[in-house]
Amino acid sequence: MNKPLRRVAIFCGLLVLALLIRVNWVQFVQGDQLKNDPHNRRVAIERYSKPRGNIIVDGKAVTGSTITDSGDFKYKRTYKNGKMWAPVTGYASQAFDSNQLEKLNDGILSGTDDKLFFSRTVDMFTGGKQAGGNVVTTLDAKAQKAAFEGLGDKKGAVAAINPETGAILALASTPSYDPSTFAGNSNKDAEAFNALQKKNDPDDPMLNRALRQTYPPGSTFKVVTASAALENGLYTDVDADTRSPLPYTLPDTSGIELKNEGSIPCENASLRTALQYSCNTVFGKISADLGNKKMKAEAEKFGFNNSKIDTPVRAAESIFPTDNRPQNAMAGIGQASNRATPLQMAMIASAVANNGKLMKPYMVEQLEAPNLNVVQQHTPQVMSQPLTPENAQKIQSIMQTVVQKGTGTMAQIPGVTVGGKTGTAQHGENNKDNPYAWFISYAKTSKGTPVAVAVVIEGSDTLRNDIAGGKLAAPIAKSVMEAVIESNK
Amino acid sequence: MSSTNTTTVGTIGAPSRRNTELAMLLFAVLIPVFAYVNVGLAKDGSVPAGVLGYALGLGLLAGVAHLVVRKWAPYADPLMLPIATLLNGMGLVFIWRLDQEPAITTKQLGGAMAPGQLMWSTLGVGLFLAVLVFLKDHRVLQRYTYISMVVALALLIAPVFFPARFGARIWITIPGVGGLQPGEFAKIIIAIFFAGYLMVKRDALALASRRFMGMYLPRGRDLGPILVIWALSLMILVFETDLGTSLLFFGLFVVMLYVATERTSWIVFGLLLSGGGAVAVATFESHVQVRVHNWLEPLALASNGGVTETAQSMYAFGSGGIMGSGLGQGYSRLIGGIAPKSDYILATVGEETGLAGLMGILLLYGLLIERGIRTALAARDPFGKLLAIGLSGAFALQVFVVAGGVTGLIPLTGMTMPFLAQGGSSVIANWALVAILLRISDTARRPAPAPAPSTDAEMTQVVRP
Repeated sequence: MNKPLRRVAIFCGLLVLALLIRVNWVQFVQGDQLKNDPHNRRVAIERYSKPRGNIIVDGKAVTGSTITDSGDFKYKRTYKNGKMWAPVTGYASQAFDSNQLEKLNDGILSGTDDKLFFSRTVDMFTGGKQAGGNVVTTLDAKAQKAAFEGLGDKKGAVAAINPETGAILALASTPSYDPSTFAGNSNKDAEAFNALQKKNDPDDPMLNRALRQTYPPGSTFKVVTASAALENGLYTDVDADTRSPLPYTLPDTSGIELKNEGSIPCENASLRTALQYSCNTVFGKISADLGNKKMKAEAEKFGFNNSKIDTPVRAAESIFPTDNRPQNAMAGIGQASNRATPLQMAMIASAVANNGKLMKPYMVEQLEAPNLNVVQQHTPQVMSQPLTPENAQKIQSIMQTVVQKGTGTMAQIPGVTVGGKTGTAQHGENNKDNPYAWFISYAKTSKGTPVAVAVVIEGSDTLRNDIAGGKLAAPIAKSVMEAVIESNK
Repeated sequence: MSSTNTTTVGTIGAPSRRNTELAMLLFAVLIPVFAYVNVGLAKDGSVPAGVLGYALGLGLLAGVAHLVVRKWAPYADPLMLPIATLLNGMGLVFIWRLDQEPAITTKQLGGAMAPGQLMWSTLGVGLFLAVLVFLKDHRVLQRYTYISMVVALALLIAPVFFPARFGARIWITIPGVGGLQPGEFAKIIIAIFFAGYLMVKRDALALASRRFMGMYLPRGRDLGPILVIWALSLMILVFETDLGTSLLFFGLFVVMLYVATERTSWIVFGLLLSGGGAVAVATFESHVQVRVHNWLEPLALASNGGVTETAQSMYAFGSGGIMGSGLGQGYSRLIGGIAPKSDYILATVGEETGLAGLMGILLLYGLLIERGIRTALAARDPFGKLLAIGLSGAFALQVFVVAGGVTGLIPLTGMTMPFLAQGGSSVIANWALVAILLRISDTARRPAPAPAPSTDAEMTQVVRP
């Protein structure tokens, strides 16, 4: 009986061998994959086992971490003035993942990024606990506060940029949400998160309107149209007559007239006068005269039709469409299918203010290791040159006229040169919905050009003329500009 | 190769190796004690209070077992007792370690289980001692061939009359004692029946066969028992939803039949029958289908969007990696419920001691199985050979089915890892199994007064009680 016994012995040996091969396969070959599988809760447990690094504004953290006593996760995220900073920080939740800076810089904040390799290695030898690094933003706390409080309980957004560097100084969106309310993973957190979803809250508080929402830019887009006119040599003098008829009939239509808001002196008006009074007829004609191709090219130099504007949080794509002649004429005054994000409009003001040079917008200045060593530093980059310096100065001059004696007088700041443009964008079919009130502007001081800002307010019932942007949005822009000038002193 | 070449068999008296056993037992006690301290340090930062009691308890069990082996089975195999002690000791540490996780040690889940397991282990060692003291010669068991069959069948069928627990109908509930898994004991008893039956029928089975398509097919009257056992194992599977036990019993029978008759056709025959049966059952039983599905797609999410037990155990293995997270520092509790301490205990081993530790544990099982088969080779009587191979084969199949199931090599069947996993019946039955193997090896290695010239000649010897 020994021969079959030996065979059985070999068979049993093979069984054990098969097990050994299998455990090697699972633990060695597949090990890393299983270890880092998103459904493997250990990943999340590890992530929340230590305090997360912070997002820094003006040298102070706007985020924090707190120890929780429930469940697997030791630490959860807290936010200081979460509603105000949510459009910048995004959220980091134990149950609902994360977004925006919290998500994009997760490697640094959670301490797992390869850039922290050196500091992690030191920790390993010194026995220090692996910690998260910090994300230092470009934001200006005073400007952000001015923007957020200026918006108040109105629905809208503010984006402010330093024209010289592209650094984002303010990024506010209302109504907002407090990411602290669902940072944990309890039922209460889930309820808070669900209540904020668009299907449960029509105001969509989790929408980042400053970056992720596009609106028809309305009359503020006339700055781009004027730029296109100068850049393409349609006009060279902003004070010369534009040879514009009143009324102006849209091209290729059987007598559809483009109207102005109220009776304003637009016939043959100069660019300066046309911008001062916000003449639809003049700018509609410019757009029609230049044609869709040239208008589109100029808009694209300002950042339209670019789906990859990463701040690093990606901004929604602003659209200047390829379109037929009448629609193109409408696009020239910021209507039709023309759409822009508040960030895009702030970029337009900043390019004008920066003598025609558009800087790439960004909001992360530095990434820091836990020991505060800088592991990555942003250097300002030129994104494009939509205007020659001469033309930029011409546009500056007429934008300043708008603030001095045009529709934007409410943005005047004593002792500071302010240029701006108002806008009231029609919204909905046959203009039946509430219009959007816009204001874009920049401020120049003796020390340079510290700020360009765009403000949009959705849903202002009462004011349906072009002054709306000036009345509703300009004061907010003014307070944001003042805050930046104040911090630069 | 003649049997005299194996180291455990010799015409001259083999050395008893009792001192080797004692030295190894020392390690088998020390390693779990260190592991116990390790868990305490990792979980609380201090040496656990119970360490002295645990060390003394395990040491006492090992010491008494050693003394009894020295006195009543002096020539027994020196490796089996240390390996069993080490596995049982490590099992206790792992269960105690999992008891430290509040999430899986709630009242509904039966609370802390290490104290109970320690008591069952003590009872197991007690049974081990009783077998060695009272079973002077394993051939006595031959007398109880048909009684064993009746007892085994009764034990197997009994759970049908008790309610299902944890999804399988493999338990009987005794008031005041708790649940028992009779399948674990039936494993030993049925091996005794097979050994006795086959020793008598082996010639008929081996020789009285017709040649058909190149294979030797047995006669119908000899084929009867295998068909009955096959049908029975399928019935167990269907009524008790216990894939593991039915596979174990059928495999056990095929292996013993093959060894007894030396005919490969039995293996082919057995594989065909079990394959057909498994496919047939898998088509009807949703329980089995779920297991197969989990095996094919271990990481697939459950229907409610949650992570399955299978996926959780795979994550535990993967997170352990090569060196493991360290005792007490893993998250195998995420598997949830009672499973981490019983069916899935290997996941904790894999996560906390890593590939290194898991391979160590598997090699210990491999070594124990190998010593069992060596005992079968060394045994001088066919009954002893058959019984030893039956017990080692059953042990090997169980280890393979459980470890293969938990690591995703084969579909999961829900049996306990011998000695390691929580479960009273299992630990008691496996101590008894080791005791019988030790008894056979003692008889085999004992210097024979007059060594028989061949095993066939022994067949005709009168068996004395």
